Amino acid sequence: MGLTLTWLSVIILIPLAGLFLKTLELSPIQFWEILTSRRTLNALKISFGLSFAAACVNLVMGTIIVWALVRYRFPGRRLFDAIVDIPFALPTAVAGVALTQLFAQKGWLGAPLAELGIKVAFTPIGIFIAMVFIGIPFVVRTVQPVLIDLDPEIEEAAASLGANRWHTVFRVIMPSLIPALLTGFALAFARAVGEYGSVIFIAGNLPNVSEIAPLLIVIRLSEFRYADATAIAVVMLLASFVIIFAVNRLQRWAQTRIPAH
Amino acid sequence: MSTQTSFVTPAARLQAYASTADLAVSPPSARKASDRVRQAAASRDLRSEPGPIRFIIIALALSFLTIFVVLPLVVVFASAFSKGINAYFAALAEPEALSAIKLTLLVAAISVSLNLVFGVIAAWAIAKFDFTGKTFLITLIDLPFSVSPVISGLVFVLLFGAQGYWGTWLQANNIHILFAVPGIALATIFVTFPFVARSLIPLMQEQGTQEEEAAISLGASGLQTFFRVTLPNIKWGLLYGVLLCNARAMGEFGAVSVVSGHIRGETNTMPLLVEILYNEYQFVASFAIASLLAMLALITLVVKTVLEQRLDEGQTPEGRSE
Amino acid sequence: MIRRILPLVAGLLWASSAFAADYTLLNVSYDPTRELYADFNKAFVAAYSKETGKSVEIKQSHGGSGSQARAVIDGLQADVVTLALAYDIDAIAAKGLVAPEWQKRLSLNASPYTSTIVFLVRKGNPKAIKDWDDLIKPGVQVITPNPKTSGGARWNYLAAWGFAEKKFGSADKAKKFVADLFKNVPVLDTGARGSTVTFVERGVGDVLLAWENEAFLAQREFGKDKFEIVAPPLSILAEPPVAVVDKVADKKGTRAVAEAYLKHWYTKEGQEIAARNSYRPRDSEIAREYEKSFAKVELFTIDDVFGGWTKAQKDHFGEGGIFDQIYKN
Repeated sequence: MGLTLTWLSVIILIPLAGLFLKTLELSPIQFWEILTSRRTLNALKISFGLSFAAACVNLVMGTIIVWALVRYRFPGRRLFDAIVDIPFALPTAVAGVALTQLFAQKGWLGAPLAELGIKVAFTPIGIFIAMVFIGIPFVVRTVQPVLIDLDPEIEEAAASLGANRWHTVFRVIMPSLIPALLTGFALAFARAVGEYGSVIFIAGNLPNVSEIAPLLIVIRLSEFRYADATAIAVVMLLASFVIIFAVNRLQRWAQTRIPAH
Repeated sequence: MSTQTSFVTPAARLQAYASTADLAVSPPSARKASDRVRQAAASRDLRSEPGPIRFIIIALALSFLTIFVVLPLVVVFASAFSKGINAYFAALAEPEALSAIKLTLLVAAISVSLNLVFGVIAAWAIAKFDFTGKTFLITLIDLPFSVSPVISGLVFVLLFGAQGYWGTWLQANNIHILFAVPGIALATIFVTFPFVARSLIPLMQEQGTQEEEAAISLGASGLQTFFRVTLPNIKWGLLYGVLLCNARAMGEFGAVSVVSGHIRGETNTMPLLVEILYNEYQFVASFAIASLLAMLALITLVVKTVLEQRLDEGQTPEGRSE
Repeated sequence: MIRRILPLVAGLLWASSAFAADYTLLNVSYDPTRELYADFNKAFVAAYSKETGKSVEIKQSHGGSGSQARAVIDGLQADVVTLALAYDIDAIAAKGLVAPEWQKRLSLNASPYTSTIVFLVRKGNPKAIKDWDDLIKPGVQVITPNPKTSGGARWNYLAAWGFAEKKFGSADKAKKFVADLFKNVPVLDTGARGSTVTFVERGVGDVLLAWENEAFLAQREFGKDKFEIVAPPLSILAEPPVAVVDKVADKKGTRAVAEAYLKHWYTKEGQEIAARNSYRPRDSEIAREYEKSFAKVELFTIDDVFGGWTKAQKDHFGEGGIFDQIYKN
């Protein structure tokens, strides 16, 4: 026990405390000024906004993927099931260079898209794509077990009571997936907000346009502006806390719903 | 005992789907319920969509996965071999590449073994005992998952940097942590901290303390109980955690990048070398290193699939009570 | 498994450290000097062992000049720093790691090689870019790294400013010119090398503002049939300085070899290596020999136009400085 706590303190608590101590060196006004400066605000907006958009796409596409993997039988299903985890297992730097190569103007996908007048690499769309990539497993892996475990009788009952399929899916199945869907969404969102490796290669890194908050931390560090770096870091850390907390609450909510069926 | 189970059973299952850690970390024990789907084949028509819609859903799912997941992976290998197999192996035989591989292995070995020991202890403490502040402890363990890797690196710069809290003392005593192996290992340990603990907690909670209590009442010592009873019960889960911990340890980029110092042939890990070579116009070499990491990811997935099957088989019926 | 790997790894590491040289130097440098120092280190190691019989191993670290200075300040054990601009070494000196008068310790502002800022354009120069004012034309995409993090980018910025101030005669007009220029910048990488990759490999932009040596290197790597170098009639004299990090060198006992290392730049061999790697040599004899490799450009210095680095840094790149103002508008 004591050992666990000691280790935990050394590895996690002390470093994080150091971060907070460093921000305490700032006066509240300075802290506020750093956070509300245009560049910081924009970086946070880009990180949080695009992560939100990417998590939304992951929510929709993740649900479709789960549905296909759980409910249908088709050749290669098991393979595709395994493939879902690749974004989690692939090192972020590798994902970064690969996505950039793929979506650059001369890339396999970038070239045809460029002809359509769509530029992906080095624009906010590129950041968005990288965030979608890293977020996929989160929604799929949280929703999949719940959909598998879903009691078939409920659906059958709904159907035999005359509900059409559309109705059954959206009024009966989806509501019971909501806690899992929200959890997956929150996790994909949290991961995307903090993501660095896979994003910086494909992002244009243009201040106020395609500069993500973690990159701004790195830039502030190289400008010797530790206070700025830590201020942004603290805000992002608090956001992570809130998201973890929300996830834990979702968990409890889901648990209380279980005995109902 | 009864308090244990009431805390454990539904929680253990749901944690697996709900916590950050678990979606990738914990054994998805419910996977095998697919046989239930098969049993319900008779009622298929009631529980399925019309053919065209089914086709659209499958097509959407597969094309999305192909574009977003399969193609990037293919690009890595295609680029690595674009100048032929000789160029590929020549790139890997470069001294800088070898030293990066060595460093990556070393850092992974250090961080995995430390996290293995402490992950087991932490999971043991959380799963088998009740104490105040338990939720706080779990949240702390979870935290590195959702913190930006850049921040994970930054905190160590603030502590160990020459301008940091302990910097002056470290400099005076000639101890090098930042920009050296210890710093890289620390940052990696931080990022990979949750994997082992998180994959063991649900498993240990499910198993309860009955067997251990029996062993101890039969006169076994604490250590004996651990090695003879607990460890065999959790071995697949443990391997699972170690596997994912290792994959992340070898692939970590953001945190390591902040604390590495990028000394060539000394403090560059494989992911950092990917970036450096990429910036040196050595695209083949860059993707060659990247392909090693991608292979690591693929092997991880294969072993993971195997382990998941083991875990499902090891699942006792009681353990799956809902 | 881990128990089996550990001794193996330890063995590998042991084997590699068995070759340890008499001295090991860590040179912390900026992005585009990778090839230059690969050459120079080889030459120095040979020369030093011939002269003293001692073996030296030189380790390199490259990155954005600002980031590298930050790492040294944070404790990266650099024996020597060879950065893109004096300000970054001044920042290290401000923390007491380098003596304040470092720039006087070696001749020529402690900058044994120089460079300038030129334009790299695509084959045939389709946008007909000849001079700085072509860069602000609508529809021209300019690639440059971020002046906040990259030394090269600061030279780019100051070169453009110097041109505009000379041509239009006032700081206000120069500011407008630079603001217009940055409106044409679609990507702002953190380092000079990142920008080159963006322009050359990713095919973004019409013109790359680059170190002259970086432009030549890109042309060598990717072929003259793809890129052309355009030298503007007027540009800045970029002086990348070098210094021994006193604190580290004294602690490690490497001062003598570190000083010999930097002094080697001032030999004929060092100057020749600089010239071969497309850095403008200081030595007049070598300069004449390589005259044809470098375009004739009228060069102004940072002291002429901006009153030195400290002032330039504060006015232009500091918090709320002109660059920040440009990006706020």
